[in-house]
Amino acid sequence: MLNWLRWLPENVSTYGGDIDSIIALIWYSTAVWFVLTFGTIGLFLILYRRRAGRPAAYVKGERLAEALWVLVPVVMVLAIDLWLDFRGAPVWAKVMLERPPAALSIQVTGKQFNWEVVYPGPDSKFGTADDRQFDNELHVPVGKPVRLLLKSKDVIHSFFSPHLRLKQDIVPGRAIEAWFEATKPGKYELPCAELCGFGHSGMKGWLYVHPEEDYNRWVKEQWS
Amino acid sequence: MTTATAQHGEHGFWTTHVFSTDHKTIGKQYLTLGLFWAVVGGLLTYVMRWQLAWPETVVPGWGEIGPETYNALVTMHGTIMVFFVAMPILLGAFGNFLIPLMVGARDMAFPRLNMLSLWVFALASLLLFISFFVPGGAAAAGWTGYPPLSAKAEYTGVNWGMDLWILAHALEFAAFLMGGVNYLTTAIAFRVPGMTFSRLPLVIWQQLTATTLFLLSVGPLIAGAVMLLLDRQIGTHFFTPGGGGDPLLWQHLFWFFGHPEVYVILLPAVGLVLDVLPVFSRKPIFGYRWIIASTIVAGGLSFIVWAHHMFVSGIDPRLAMPFSITTILISVPFAYLMFAMIATLWRGSIRFDTPMLFALGFIAMFIVGGLTGIFNGSAPADIYISDTYFVVAHFHYTLFSSVFFGGLAGFYFWFPKMFGRLMNETLGKLHFWLTIVFFNATFFPMHNIGLAGMMRRIANPLQYDFLVPHQWINVVATIGTMLLLASQIPFVMNVVWSLVAVRPAPKNPWQANTLEWTAPSPPPHLNWGEALPVVYRGPYEYSVPEAPEDWLPQDRVLAARAR
Repeated sequence: MLNWLRWLPENVSTYGGDIDSIIALIWYSTAVWFVLTFGTIGLFLILYRRRAGRPAAYVKGERLAEALWVLVPVVMVLAIDLWLDFRGAPVWAKVMLERPPAALSIQVTGKQFNWEVVYPGPDSKFGTADDRQFDNELHVPVGKPVRLLLKSKDVIHSFFSPHLRLKQDIVPGRAIEAWFEATKPGKYELPCAELCGFGHSGMKGWLYVHPEEDYNRWVKEQWS
Repeated sequence: MTTATAQHGEHGFWTTHVFSTDHKTIGKQYLTLGLFWAVVGGLLTYVMRWQLAWPETVVPGWGEIGPETYNALVTMHGTIMVFFVAMPILLGAFGNFLIPLMVGARDMAFPRLNMLSLWVFALASLLLFISFFVPGGAAAAGWTGYPPLSAKAEYTGVNWGMDLWILAHALEFAAFLMGGVNYLTTAIAFRVPGMTFSRLPLVIWQQLTATTLFLLSVGPLIAGAVMLLLDRQIGTHFFTPGGGGDPLLWQHLFWFFGHPEVYVILLPAVGLVLDVLPVFSRKPIFGYRWIIASTIVAGGLSFIVWAHHMFVSGIDPRLAMPFSITTILISVPFAYLMFAMIATLWRGSIRFDTPMLFALGFIAMFIVGGLTGIFNGSAPADIYISDTYFVVAHFHYTLFSSVFFGGLAGFYFWFPKMFGRLMNETLGKLHFWLTIVFFNATFFPMHNIGLAGMMRRIANPLQYDFLVPHQWINVVATIGTMLLLASQIPFVMNVVWSLVAVRPAPKNPWQANTLEWTAPSPPPHLNWGEALPVVYRGPYEYSVPEAPEDWLPQDRVLAARAR
């Protein structure tokens, strides 16, 4: 229960490990503060419980010399927080800003209560005759950067892959880009993470990460 | 004062107990409505948690619930707890009751406006209550009401319920605007001689900061609510993309209000705890001026953190780091407040009466919530944990601890003043220990299942293969919830028993310093007799070496050496 890091699902993306390491960093930093603050409170409650003949000290904590007892820990909190943000910024940039050139573009459209997954086909262009649509199935090759074009037909949905550590809300009226590179073949769930109506619970698709030759075989089957 | 006294002259049953302009009665009326909604909001959690632990089974005492009912439950639970429990109790009840009594005023500056505030809130409550029973049921678009889901009836199947939800909000906001005008005017203009701003109790400072935040932030959301109503009723497209609108606009308006709003709830609770701690530590609060400065800084920063609710919403990703940094900065004043509370215990003479237990419970639980906030505030971590139960755990550790532990610390502390009766300590302590144990049993496991990936607002976790192995966590949290609800039985018994069995409270049962304890328990109409108290010192002069006792009330003249 206490080691939260063990609860994360298996990571299967190239950037998932970076996100996990930020979560781990925060977990260790906050665990230290948890022990320090709870320890101090516990100690004070025992040491300074009411006892006959021992009055409380008249300390107002207004003067700087006294306030430093609180201000120094506050500065430490600030320093650690800024450090966590400093460490987090490159991870955010890696996932959200610096998209590598994609081997494959796929359009995922959310609608109550399905993912419509459209492949551009051999010509790599959307909106042509060789586009193919699959409901709730996203097939990708392992080890290749995949670009997602996320759209919605009705309300806000959120494309979530716990195993890829990828989550992106999808806003109707916009085309939002996301990317990932899967590192391990397998079949992973793709739930919707934003309340989208009565069918929200259970709105999910599957991500199939194939070894490269399997993926090529799948492509051949679909576009033959 | 003479005109106010004349206005207050009538003393019939209706004007005394129902249509009263007395701030104490209005405070109690807010309290009653808030507690009523707390029961409703609490019972909804029983139904929700049952469904989450044992999906698609019959909920004893309710029946089977479908997914659309679940969405209504989750929406109404959030709406009720934030706007119809936290605000009426922490601001409405404590603000109304305490501000005049603690600044030395005979009533609020505008007693009739105050009464209007209460009755507008009652009307809002009525509309929200009715919305459960209209065709299509209650609102089901989440407490944040994100359009387009909330903007068109066809997306949720809820029509009337959603409109009533919007109207109830609008009236509720109007009620608290009227209340806020009163709070500010009273505390600024109606202080007794000697009650300078640097002698004002911190709970009043917190109330005033919270009120100011509310007044400054609610405007955009009221505009947003009108636009949403227009989208729904006359087919405008403020928030729907078909006619050029943008769903994200609503999120900006909502969270520009929404983040200050969580401090509107938090700060009064912090204030209650800050006022309870010195009394039961017999020691001045640690760093009175620093605390006020921290509060104001936190209030100011709360206006520039809102997009941390929207890291993965589709906003320009370059905005994330600036908002992540402002979010980090806001942890500084709150760290100060928490550390100052802990430092107040240092070298105190600590009494563990029920109000103190709840105050300490607030500190402990809020620290946990503050620490988990660092996960949420980190933009990269948020990619994974946003919209999961980790967030649910976080805001219950912060908000539930405010409303419950903070609110109950205040309730047990001021109950003798409010009702002129003493409460039972044994039942109070039992209430505290049961509540803190089962609060943690309910919400601590939500961190774990959130990190395992469980999404918020799903009605059936068993629909997801990756969550099935963790289902036992949901069962634990559900049993925790039921026991947490049952833990409130000693509280209800205590309140009823205290009100029925007459154990009259003395004027100052806790040996506290602030002005309300110089009035009779309960204070009569207009609070004091002929003469108002005069203030000579700050509110937290405990264990002053020169004083004969270990407390030195604000209004006492110290003969030997005036401090």
